[in-house]
Amino acid sequence: MKKFCSYILPLLAVLAASCKKDNFDPPAARLHGRLVYQGEGIQVEYNQVPFQLYQFGFGKVGPVSNTQFTQDGSYSVLLFDGEYKLTVPNGQGPFLWKKQANGRPDSITVKMSGDQQLDLEVTPFYMIRNVQASAAANKVTATFGLEKIVNGVDGKNIERVNLYINKTAFVSSGGDYSIASSQKGSGAITDPAAISMEVNIPALVPAQSYIFARVGLKMQGVEDMIFSPVIKITL
Amino acid sequence: MKKLLSIILLATIAAGGCKKESEFLNVDPTAILNNEQAFNDPALVLSMLANFYNRQTDFSTVKNWESMADFSESFPSQNGGPKSIVERNQWDFGFWSTWDYTLIRELNLFLHRLNNATKLKDDEKKRFAAEGRFLRAYYYFEMVKRMGGVPLILEPMTWDYKGDPTYLQHARATEAGMYDFVIAEMQAIRPDLPADINIKSRASRGAALAMECRAALYAGSIAKYGAVTPTVSLPNGEVGIAVAKAQDYYTKALTAAQLLISGNAGTYALYRRNADLSENFAALFYDKIGNPESIFIEDFKLKSGKVHGFTQVNQPRFGAEEEEGGRINPSLNLVQAFEKLDNTFGPLPVKGGDGNPIYYDNQTQIFAGRDARLAGTVMLPGTLFKRRQVDIWAGYVLADGSVVTGDDRGSQKTLPGTTQPVQVVGYDGPIHGKEHTAQSGFYLRKYLDPTAGSGSRGTGSEVPFIRYRYAEVLLNAAEAAFELGQTGVAAGYMNQVRERAGLTIPLVAGDINLGRIMHERRAELSFEGHVVFDQKRWRNAHVIWDGVPMNEADLLANIGSPSKHSTQPYSLWPYKVHNPGSPTHGKWIYRIIKSPLVTGTNRFRMGNYYSFINNDIRSNNPKIIPNPNQD
Repeated sequence: MKKFCSYILPLLAVLAASCKKDNFDPPAARLHGRLVYQGEGIQVEYNQVPFQLYQFGFGKVGPVSNTQFTQDGSYSVLLFDGEYKLTVPNGQGPFLWKKQANGRPDSITVKMSGDQQLDLEVTPFYMIRNVQASAAANKVTATFGLEKIVNGVDGKNIERVNLYINKTAFVSSGGDYSIASSQKGSGAITDPAAISMEVNIPALVPAQSYIFARVGLKMQGVEDMIFSPVIKITL
Repeated sequence: MKKLLSIILLATIAAGGCKKESEFLNVDPTAILNNEQAFNDPALVLSMLANFYNRQTDFSTVKNWESMADFSESFPSQNGGPKSIVERNQWDFGFWSTWDYTLIRELNLFLHRLNNATKLKDDEKKRFAAEGRFLRAYYYFEMVKRMGGVPLILEPMTWDYKGDPTYLQHARATEAGMYDFVIAEMQAIRPDLPADINIKSRASRGAALAMECRAALYAGSIAKYGAVTPTVSLPNGEVGIAVAKAQDYYTKALTAAQLLISGNAGTYALYRRNADLSENFAALFYDKIGNPESIFIEDFKLKSGKVHGFTQVNQPRFGAEEEEGGRINPSLNLVQAFEKLDNTFGPLPVKGGDGNPIYYDNQTQIFAGRDARLAGTVMLPGTLFKRRQVDIWAGYVLADGSVVTGDDRGSQKTLPGTTQPVQVVGYDGPIHGKEHTAQSGFYLRKYLDPTAGSGSRGTGSEVPFIRYRYAEVLLNAAEAAFELGQTGVAAGYMNQVRERAGLTIPLVAGDINLGRIMHERRAELSFEGHVVFDQKRWRNAHVIWDGVPMNEADLLANIGSPSKHSTQPYSLWPYKVHNPGSPTHGKWIYRIIKSPLVTGTNRFRMGNYYSFINNDIRSNNPKIIPNPNQD
C-alpha cells in the first residue's frame, strides 16, 4: 500500500496530466457541398476531380487538404476553425473554374467556424439532359441529350459518349467501376439533343436483380468526363 | 661526464620540442585527402568518378525488377508489394520522379576543383572533365525525361551564412533548354573522349553520340507530338517544346546517329555470333567478351562486391539455384505483339474458326514462325534455361473440357480412368496467386545469366545493364529519318535490326509509319527502360493506358496498332489433353486467361506526363512552378 501511494499514484497522476497537453482536438468543423450549375448538380468521375484548400501563414507552400469530389459532385472535409482558400487546380474538372487575369485558378475564401455548407458554382462545358435508362432482353438502353453550355473560344467539342453499367452504385470507366460499357464517337452522333445507346449486360456473378447505369461525355482536350446521375435499373 | 650526458639529452629534447606556436596544432590528417592531393593523382580522380558512375539513376534496371514489371508488359509474381502493380487503378503523380541535387552539386564541385588542379597531365585532365560533364548531362537528361525543365545548375553554389537564401534559388529551365544543354554538352566533350568500343562502363565517344542522338530524338518528338496534348505544357516552356523546333531536333538526332553508324566513334555493330537467332538475342545481353553492340553499360563483376541478383529473382523456379525466382512474368499482351515472319501481326492461334481449341504436338509449336526476339526476350513454355526445360503447364484438360489441376507446384492427382496419381501441374506453375510460378504462362529471358551460380544469393550475376546499344541507335536513326520524310532511309535502318531478328522480308519505304517504329522499339527494347519514356514523348501514354478494363476481344483485336490499349496483363496457359483413345490425347491446347489477381487497370493521366515536384522542394524554392494537370 505504501508502495502504491509513494510510486504508482504519483506516476498515474503525471500520466493523466500529460495526456491533456500532448493531444489536440481533431478538426471538427465540417465543410461540405457540391458542384452546381444553376442549381443543378454536376456529376463527375469518382476520385478524379480534385479540389484543394490552402491556408496562409505557415511558411510552406502546398495545400493543407488535397482531395477529390465524389462521383455525384459532392465533397466534405473536416477542418479546424480558421480562414481557408478553396480552389480547383488548372486543367481539372469537366467545367470552367474562375481564373485570375494571369491564368491561375481563382480561389474562394472560406471562413470556418462550425459546420458550413458551400455549393461551388461552376460552368460545365456541357450538360447531360433528360437521361432515361431501361433494361430489356439483356440489354440496357439509355437515351439522353447533350446541351452545350460553353460556346466561343473556351467551348469544347464532343469526343465521345459512353454508357457504363456496374453491379454497384459506383459507375465510371475505371477498373472496378464498370462491368461493361459501350461507346459512340462524335462522328456517330447525328443529333446531340437525342442520343440513344445500348450495352449488353454480361453474366452477373453472383446474380442480382438490379444494375446501375450512367452515361458519360468526353470532350476533346478535357481530361475529365462529365456524367449523368447514376440510375438504378431493376432487371 | 654524467652531467654532460644529461645536458646533451636535455638539449636534444628542447630542440625537438621547438616548433612555432601557430604551427603547433597544425597537423595534416592521416585519414583524409585534401583537394590538392586528391586532384593531383589520376588514380584518385578516377576513384571519385567511379563514385559518380555508381550513383547515376536509371529506370528499370537489373538492380530493380519491380520497375520492369509495370505497364501491363508483365505480371509480378509476388504476393506482397509489387503485386499492387496489377491492383492499382492509376499511377500517383509522384511516380518516376527524381531530384538529386546532391549529385549535381558534387559533380559541379568535382569539375570546379578538377579545373584548378595543376599536376595532372593535360590529356588526362581533359578526359576526366569530359567524363564529369558526361555524367552531369546524363543525370540532367534523366531528370528532364521525368520532371520536365529543372533548375540547370552548372556551378557549385556556396552559402554565405547571411540568412537570405534567395540568391541560391533558381527557377526551372525550359524543357527545350534542358535538351539543348544535353546536346551541346555531348558535342563539346566528344573530342576529349576515347573512340574505343571496348570502353563501355566509362564514357566514350560512342556513348556521347548515342546520348546526343537519344536526347535530340526525345526533344524532337516532344515538340512534334506535344500538339496532341495541348494541356501538357506550361506557358513559359518548363514543360512542352514549340512545334517549330521539331525539324531541327530530328536533324540533330539523325546526324549524331549517322556519325556513330559510320564508325566515327569506333566500329560498333549488331551482335551476331550465334546462328540460333533467339539465343543470339539473349546472348547480346550476357556476352561480355568484346560485345560489339553495347555502347554504354553499368557493369558488374563477380567477387568484386558489385554483383546483382536479377537472375536469382527471375530464374525459372523449377530447379532454381535458390528457393526463389520467376518474378517477372511477361504478359500475353507483349508476347502476341511480336510479329510473324511475313511482317504481319496476329494473335497466337488458340482457337480455330469453329471456336474449338487448336491442338499442338508440343508446347513451343504455337510460337513458331515469329520474330526471334520473342524467344530471346521471353522464356516460353517448353524451352530450356541452363539446359533444363521449364515446366510450365496448368493442368490436364479432359474430354468434356473440364480441368484437373493442383494448387501447389507439381501437385499430383489421379486422373479419371487411372489408379496412380500423376503430376497435374507444372513445377513452374502457372498457379494463380502462387508466387515464383509463371502466372502469365511465361518467364523473362532477357538479362538472365546462364553461368552456373548466377542464380544463387552468394554468387550473383555480372551481366551488365546496357544503357545504350547499337540497335537503339539504328532505331533512333530510323525514327528521325522517318520524321524528316526520308522513309527509304528509315526502312534501311529498321531492316538491319529486323534482319538480325529473323525478319528477312525487308520493309520498303511505304511500310514505314510511326506505328511501325513504335512497335519495333517495343519488340527490340522491351524491359530496357524505354517503354514509359517512349510513350510519354509520343504523347501516346494516355491512349494505350486509358484505364478501361480489357476483355478477350479487346486483347486480340488490332494487334500492332499504336493506339491499342493495354491496361491489364493477360496470361496464356498451356494444358495437356487427357482423352485416352482420342487422336488429341497427349496434345497441348492453350487458354487465354485474365488472372483474378488483376483487379486494377493502368490509367495514365495527363498529370503523369511529368512527375510531381513535391511541396517540400517548392517550399524551399518558391521559384519552382508545379507541373501541369496535377493536384
